[in-house]
Amino acid sequence: MSTESTKLAFNDGWQYAPAPESTDHIRIDDQYGLFINGEFVEPESDRYFETVNPATEQTLSSVALASGADVDRAVKAARKAYSGAWSKMSASDRGKYIYRIARILQERAREFATIESLDGGKPIRESRDIDIPLAAAHFFYYAGWADKLEYAFPGRRPVSLGVAGQIIPWNFPLLMAAWKIAPALACGNTVVLKPAETTPLTAMKLAEVIRDAELPPGVVNIITGAGDTGAEIVNHPDVNKVAFTGSTEVGKIIQRSLAGTDKKYTLELGGKAANIIFADAAIDEAVEGIVNGIFFNQGHVCCAGSRLFVQESVAEEVVHKLRERMETLIVGDPLDKNTDIGAINSAAQLETIESYLKIGQDEGAEMYQSSCSVPGQGYWCRPTIFTGVSQSNRIVQDEIFGPVLAIQTFRTLEEGLTKANNTPYGLSGGVWTDKGAKIFKMTQQIRAGVIWANTFNKFDPTSPFGGYKESGVGREGGLHGLGAYLKLET
Amino acid sequence: MAGSTARVPVAKTYKIYIGGKFPRTESGRYFALNSSDGSVIANVCRGSRKDFRNSVVAARSAFGGWSAASAYLRGQILYRIAELLEGRNEQFVGELVLQGISRRKAKKEVEASIDRLIYYAGWSDKYQQIFSAVNPVSSAHFNFSVLEPTGVVSLLAPDESSLLGLVSNIAPIIVGGNTCVVLASEQLPLCAISFAEVLHASDVPGGVVNILTGYREELTDQFASHMDVNAVVFCDGDSEVARNVQEKAADNVKRVLARFDNDWTTDAGQSPYLINETQETKTTWHPIGS
Amino acid sequence: MSVVELSQEIRMPDLSRVSTVDEVGVNERAARFQTRSIKNESKVEALHMILSMIDLTTLEGQDTPGKVRQLCQKAIHLHDAMPGLPHVAAVCVYPTMVSEAKKALGNHNINVASVATAFPSGMAPLQIKLEETRIAVDDGADEIDMVISRGAFLQGDYRYVFDEISAVKEACGDAHLKVILETGELGTLDRVRRASVLAMHAGADFIKTSTGKIHPAATLPVTLVMLQAIRDFYSETGRMIGMKPAGGISNAKLAIHYLVMLRETLGSAWMTPEWYRFGASSLANDVLMQLRKQASGIYQSADYFSKD
Repeated sequence: MSTESTKLAFNDGWQYAPAPESTDHIRIDDQYGLFINGEFVEPESDRYFETVNPATEQTLSSVALASGADVDRAVKAARKAYSGAWSKMSASDRGKYIYRIARILQERAREFATIESLDGGKPIRESRDIDIPLAAAHFFYYAGWADKLEYAFPGRRPVSLGVAGQIIPWNFPLLMAAWKIAPALACGNTVVLKPAETTPLTAMKLAEVIRDAELPPGVVNIITGAGDTGAEIVNHPDVNKVAFTGSTEVGKIIQRSLAGTDKKYTLELGGKAANIIFADAAIDEAVEGIVNGIFFNQGHVCCAGSRLFVQESVAEEVVHKLRERMETLIVGDPLDKNTDIGAINSAAQLETIESYLKIGQDEGAEMYQSSCSVPGQGYWCRPTIFTGVSQSNRIVQDEIFGPVLAIQTFRTLEEGLTKANNTPYGLSGGVWTDKGAKIFKMTQQIRAGVIWANTFNKFDPTSPFGGYKESGVGREGGLHGLGAYLKLET
Repeated sequence: MAGSTARVPVAKTYKIYIGGKFPRTESGRYFALNSSDGSVIANVCRGSRKDFRNSVVAARSAFGGWSAASAYLRGQILYRIAELLEGRNEQFVGELVLQGISRRKAKKEVEASIDRLIYYAGWSDKYQQIFSAVNPVSSAHFNFSVLEPTGVVSLLAPDESSLLGLVSNIAPIIVGGNTCVVLASEQLPLCAISFAEVLHASDVPGGVVNILTGYREELTDQFASHMDVNAVVFCDGDSEVARNVQEKAADNVKRVLARFDNDWTTDAGQSPYLINETQETKTTWHPIGS
Repeated sequence: MSVVELSQEIRMPDLSRVSTVDEVGVNERAARFQTRSIKNESKVEALHMILSMIDLTTLEGQDTPGKVRQLCQKAIHLHDAMPGLPHVAAVCVYPTMVSEAKKALGNHNINVASVATAFPSGMAPLQIKLEETRIAVDDGADEIDMVISRGAFLQGDYRYVFDEISAVKEACGDAHLKVILETGELGTLDRVRRASVLAMHAGADFIKTSTGKIHPAATLPVTLVMLQAIRDFYSETGRMIGMKPAGGISNAKLAIHYLVMLRETLGSAWMTPEWYRFGASSLANDVLMQLRKQASGIYQSADYFSKD
């Protein structure tokens, strides 16, 4: 269809000047302690570790390394607050405190967005337009449930669990903190939360918000650390409920360590979602959906549409348009307002992605990357697609967690469905077709917890999120996200 | 206050609130609200049928936008109304005291009104989740029932309450996406108009809430019979009143909601079922297949 | 060659094969273009480009030769206080004003575009529409902006619309033909896409959103759909087609969003007045004010910029 002579030129002519978000209004302390019992305290071990800006490789701050003793301190504070002020308070007052968190986040939105991009590498446009507003909205949503729980469970009396131990990942740091803390508090629990080791800063700023909102001390405790700290939280005998978002590998470790205990748990793990485009789809919008599905947030999304299935009759057109669209994606400084794809979160993650790029090529797949420039310093990966792959390729089976898309064709609906389900994962899926009946048939039969039809990567506090199979157990968001934080008594 | 240095205060004119503006009643008539010592607190607008007619036009015009607003936005606006009412806590306490309520009761009433708004703000994006359904029909169809706002609601606010009764009825109506025309308490009308000012300052689009003052006897029939009103809510009366409203409402099959026994001063006066009462249920079918 | 014979030479495209359009997806993509932040030198460059792409327009029932002369004066002297400004692409008038505009513009390198075909409604017999076109061209119009018969299109009589466009194209001779779809009357983005494809195959040199006489006129989503159609046509045939959003683009900020959308959909080859125009009247002054502000750092007042 198209030839070299009808190639579009995206890289010459009018360019966009740098449009940096200013950082002169934000405050990042040189060092943060652990937020326990309403104040920042020094870690018992007196050890700290650094957090780095992945776009510049420069140190931003240092945060405390919480030991087992620190975890114990935090859990004790959470328990004391639970049996004390938090349980004694009326449910509507609890709601008011959570509303305060939401309101203050809205007031401090730009500072949070800027720090989120500095610490994690995601573009300021995303943290400003998606992460921070959604985080505030999450607190708003669950604040409203606090005094309404009896309506959510017909025939049952909802009762809080106690202390929730929560471990969150580095891809949506503040948003994940909101997803965990908001429902836990709304249901009357208290919290010990550990942010990811590469992205602790917005959690520390959230601790400041919680302090400024005057929540009773100990209701929310935020402690920094790495895998060991997380394990201490999971295994602490006085934690009643564990919530984890992260890799499937660690999720399984956690599930094993909780065996034999009576701790409730939810796990939100990895994915390798199928994004399925039928010939009767609105093609241009489907291409945009592919891009939204795998390239934004650098592909660091558990529900990313990382396996593309295109019906064969439109495959050439779709791939052609996708390549053109990739040329207009700007990879660069996360703080530049025009950046579409920011920095890869860490050196380790970049290494993982690059090893998969090599595996893909070694396996004989055809790799295509956009031609954009990337900065010198920092961790970067251009948007990448692989064609000439099948379900047997490792890059099609494994979760890469980067801006890397594996593309296959399919012929019939049944084939698309079979291949979509042919994976141990089951977090999400996408369906693109103009035909309504087909949408409902596909969503009925794809074995995944979230299905996007003619859209992708849409999130809302009212909408439940979570996986089938090895993508995890339990749901977050919506009415369905409450049950994980309650006992339902008869 | 005695003394030659006492400042001369400026008396407030109480108008009505229609389409986001504060006009006087087109009839030019008024009734005096007196304090217990006989002095005149205010000349209150004696709202007319034309004021009511204009209000319904404004409410209908505002309905499209308000019902299409996201649940999140409506919740944010209700929360904002609560914030602004909290900010004017003292003003409203003073107004209640002026109308003969004890200071202690006035404080409780204002605080309860603020908390009630927060309560309903929290329902905006949840009532749909508890009252909607996906129905497992036996044919190959996806079938779902959702709630939609009924439209323009006329409300005769509780007469014995200047603020809390008013707020307790307006909130569930508008959080559900309806617009409304409200007749304030006849004996205690002032807080309704001041509340209109709070609404006006809270990003509530003009026409979503319209507030009139006036005589019950003159206006009840209008509230019950207007053909472009979808539901009528009334909070005082007896079986005679109820019968009259029902009869007038029948001309366009208005939804008739009598709320006689609600105790607005306790938690019994708030519930998602009050939202549900001004909602319609829409069920849609779609084939599942290829 | 007769109209009928001519149109049979050019084959009608199969409109049932045109891709459908998802409105929500288009709106989201259009919204994302608006989050681009165009600053400093790229903003100045954009503002210059916009000026060079403007078709300065007067299409009022009350237009007179005097009005047209004044508009042409403005076209030539946008703002003499700022040297080095590009000139606008064209002046756009009714057919009866073409010779006046031609005279007033003299040797300046500014085209005269004329609306024709019973603008804006298009409700006249084909004969009349063709005659009007010929008169405008004979009077010196370099470009003709025609309107399609929306009624016929909405009835599904695509053949009729195809034929009328081909006929007008023939009547244009050497003049360039812009085909106005009047997207505000088409109703859905699917129809906009189909009408775009139809117009391009029938001989349009440019496709244009609106007459500017009804609301909505040009919008980012509608323009995006038309740009996508142009892109696909180019891919299929190797032929470039120009695009002109018209009506409702009254400020520079919005015009810059349109340029961003153009750049990221069709690329640099289209970023010239030869392939892209803005149909606007008050846009020019807002662009001038923005240029002044960029240069001086001070926000401007409309009092300092001529209104013709």
